[in-house]
Amino acid sequence: MSEPISALNHARFDGIADIAEIGLQGMITLRGDLAARAVKSAATKATGAAMPGANAISTKDDSGLCWMSPDELLVLCPYAAVPEVLAQLQTALAGSHALAVNVSDARAVFRVSGPAAREVLAKLCPVDLSPAEFEPGTIRRTRLAQVPAAFWMVDNETFQLVCFRSVAQYVFDLLCVAAQPNSEVGVF
Amino acid sequence: MLTLQCPYCGVQADETELSAGGEAHLTRHGPGSTEDEFHDYLFTRENPRGVHFERWRHTYGCGKWFHAARDTQTLEVFGTYKAQCTEPPKELRDAITAKRPGWTWREFS
Ligand SMILES: [Zn+2]
Repeated sequence: MSEPISALNHARFDGIADIAEIGLQGMITLRGDLAARAVKSAATKATGAAMPGANAISTKDDSGLCWMSPDELLVLCPYAAVPEVLAQLQTALAGSHALAVNVSDARAVFRVSGPAAREVLAKLCPVDLSPAEFEPGTIRRTRLAQVPAAFWMVDNETFQLVCFRSVAQYVFDLLCVAAQPNSEVGVF
Repeated sequence: MLTLQCPYCGVQADETELSAGGEAHLTRHGPGSTEDEFHDYLFTRENPRGVHFERWRHTYGCGKWFHAARDTQTLEVFGTYKAQCTEPPKELRDAITAKRPGWTWREFS
């Protein structure tokens, strides 16, 4: 077996925020009616995380559930656990109108951290990132310059960001430019 | 700058996070329709100065299609509503009437 590696294999940059590609992250797209009991119970049992409300993420240890749309969750789990979690979801959802698919190798995940992390993303996205509007637990799918991305806050100074693997280098370059030393705006 | 609230995820979406989908509430004429109906379905569009109803898609966000009512002259947004509506909701039409008395758009007023 060949060894799986992530899109940018832990690329890093230190500027007004630290940018890091975090490496392999297990990700499963789960589509189905999020109001349906079978979908809710499958997702929460597979991760141990509570069902998130709209535009929210809930986590439990290394796993989590990200609300992506009224009929889509992104299920987070350790990379090595994906086959097991996927099988569990598919068994629980047999007979339901739902779809679970492993997207771990089709995405790249970055961490943007530091006191100016909000500014780095605010330079790139049409999103109100003020602490009053965006806080840990909020997830937002949006446009990062020219590509789609989703991000949430792990804590008050740390974002986790997911994008398509095919644009990982573009996203890394964007984040590095937005995090250039001495480029603080000081708006938050 | 146009900001529309997506009725599915509730996000206040900037225009650049959306895709425009053209005129709202078109009847899709296909096989069995007359040539005139098919012609109008393909080519005839409203082009109002004032109240207008459009389809938009929250492309970079939740991905859902929805409807928006706005004023093409002032860019005022009257409201947004779900794609499953086959006509503008009455509350929205009433709200528009309060602001633009006497407005009409196709068969709606
Ligand atoms: Zn939306």
